[in-house]
Amino acid sequence: MDSLAYLGQGFLVALKPLNLGVALAGSFIGTIVGLLPGLGPINGVAILLPLAFAMKLPPETALILLASVYIGCEYGGRISSILLNIPGDAGAVMTAVDGYPMARNGLAGVALSISAWSSFVGSLIATMGLALFAPIIANWALSFGPAEQFVLMVFALCCLAGMVGDRPVKTVLATLMGLALATVGMDANSGVYRFTFDSVHLGDGVQFIVVVIGLFSVSEMLIMLEQSHSGQSVIKATGRKLFNLKEMAITWWGTVRSSLVGFGIGVLPGAGATVASAITYMMERSLTDKEGTFGKGDVRGVAAPEAANNAAAHGAFIPMLTLGIPGSGTTAVMIGALTLYNITPGPLLFQQQPDLVWGLIASMFIGNVVLLIMNIPMVGFFARMLHVPNWLLVPAIAAVSFVGVYAVHATTFDLILMVVLGIIGWILRKLGMPMVPLILGFVLGDMMEQNLRRALSISNGELGILFASPVTWVLWALAATVIAIPLAMRQRRKARARSRVTSA
Amino acid sequence: MSDRVFAVVWLLFCAGMAWVGWAIQAPFSYEPIGPRAFPLLLAVGMALSAAWLLFRPDPAPDWPAGSLRAKTALMVGAFLAYSLLFEVLGFPMATALVTVVVGRLFGGTWVGVSLGGVAMGAGMWFLFDRLLEVTLPLGRLFGGS
Repeated sequence: MDSLAYLGQGFLVALKPLNLGVALAGSFIGTIVGLLPGLGPINGVAILLPLAFAMKLPPETALILLASVYIGCEYGGRISSILLNIPGDAGAVMTAVDGYPMARNGLAGVALSISAWSSFVGSLIATMGLALFAPIIANWALSFGPAEQFVLMVFALCCLAGMVGDRPVKTVLATLMGLALATVGMDANSGVYRFTFDSVHLGDGVQFIVVVIGLFSVSEMLIMLEQSHSGQSVIKATGRKLFNLKEMAITWWGTVRSSLVGFGIGVLPGAGATVASAITYMMERSLTDKEGTFGKGDVRGVAAPEAANNAAAHGAFIPMLTLGIPGSGTTAVMIGALTLYNITPGPLLFQQQPDLVWGLIASMFIGNVVLLIMNIPMVGFFARMLHVPNWLLVPAIAAVSFVGVYAVHATTFDLILMVVLGIIGWILRKLGMPMVPLILGFVLGDMMEQNLRRALSISNGELGILFASPVTWVLWALAATVIAIPLAMRQRRKARARSRVTSA
Repeated sequence: MSDRVFAVVWLLFCAGMAWVGWAIQAPFSYEPIGPRAFPLLLAVGMALSAAWLLFRPDPAPDWPAGSLRAKTALMVGAFLAYSLLFEVLGFPMATALVTVVVGRLFGGTWVGVSLGGVAMGAGMWFLFDRLLEVTLPLGRLFGGS
């Protein structure tokens, strides 16, 4: 097996002292970022990325740092869900449904440990899936020409429009805004400056970090101002610290099922951990909830969504590493990280940068073991982080965000642009415009336009090239499916609601 | 209503984008699709979506009112001031000031935010600039760079 040899080589990379240290630090930071309500993996990764770059970490080390923060967040989010009833990050929403009642019944320790365990199982299954499938997909994608690449990106964006948010128009608009933002700066094909208004600062486009930190971090702080959680009290973890064998046995198959489903959902571009945990929770409830205990503190309701959101987060690395298309908002930021290092993610990555790819995969195995160890005995320490008051936390987030943006180019212009984008982001979020499609559009914008123009250059302007190969047919069909299914489901739900009204 | 206002603003934005975008011209071109087509396509797509919102808006969200509106404005002001003073006052000083203002908005006591501000300004400068080698300004006012 080629993959096994490469994986061994990856472990050699991941076990270098610097990379190991970075994975440890990243897991630790990630857990904290994940458990603090208001700070999610996107903010955490976005803030750390410029710092890693400014610290002149080599690309594989930087990527390991960001990835371990990302997976750490998926572990951390559950802590505040269980103890505070407030998800620490979006993927942990469903964990609160049964986790918080468990904590109130005096089973906080059990809920925390079983969710750490199922997170670990989910991550492990997904990482194995990653090591198994990623090289195959990358190999297959090698044959893609510009036309296939373009249609692939259309498919990725269609996945978003179908799955994210409850107003597809707003998702489409947000995606287009992201694509439009990416056109600012010098056009790579012709050397013409677009929408720069003769400003030097915009010559090579709007900085990726500025967009992400502005839209997510700054707008988040403005939103935190509106919803102060001061009234909430943290539940003390008392009683049993660890789950027993019986609890492990009744959650086992649910955990495995949810891991597999979560992994599958994570691989789809756009639909990330949040969708995965919601779907698997529903699935487990309809499959196993015979006594109606879900929602009242059922341990199976804690294990399933946690396994799923971790599996989805790991699955999201597949499209990112093999196709250069982000599977989630956070992997979009990581694509931005690779671009900073002048590495183009895509099918060639497996051939040109085997150390980077396999080092990353190996470090995920290591990171998850570290996180499991960290998250069971040290959970008390992390829980104490929930007592940090907002009046100290928010200025700290602000300062670190500003440092992050400043670290890239060291200009006041970028700082002001970040704040302005933050205000715009806040308004858009208030209006119900989802931010993840905007970021994905921004990341994909450049590649999408270049591939479209390259394809049309090959065909001399003939649009037929976009429909010329079997791969493009399949991708167009998939794109139509992911748009059509949610629309049809929405119609059906509406029709059912209407018939209920008339019959009542 | 908010959606309608936004849709109108965005339609104007699209018009502006199309206006500026129309003038984009490559001096010499060897490809069938130049640098102008894609942005114009996006402007049209955004205008169509915005027009849809104009006719089918969602109910308005809760915009901050009363003291919350003032707080939000103050926080935006504090961030803009932080951006402008970042290089002038330097990182430690600017961070201490923004911590005091933002900390007060989140209900910290004067003593708490002052101590927090000093600790954060000094501590983070030491952490980033000294330990992690991310260069931060010390302030033009004080002759630093």
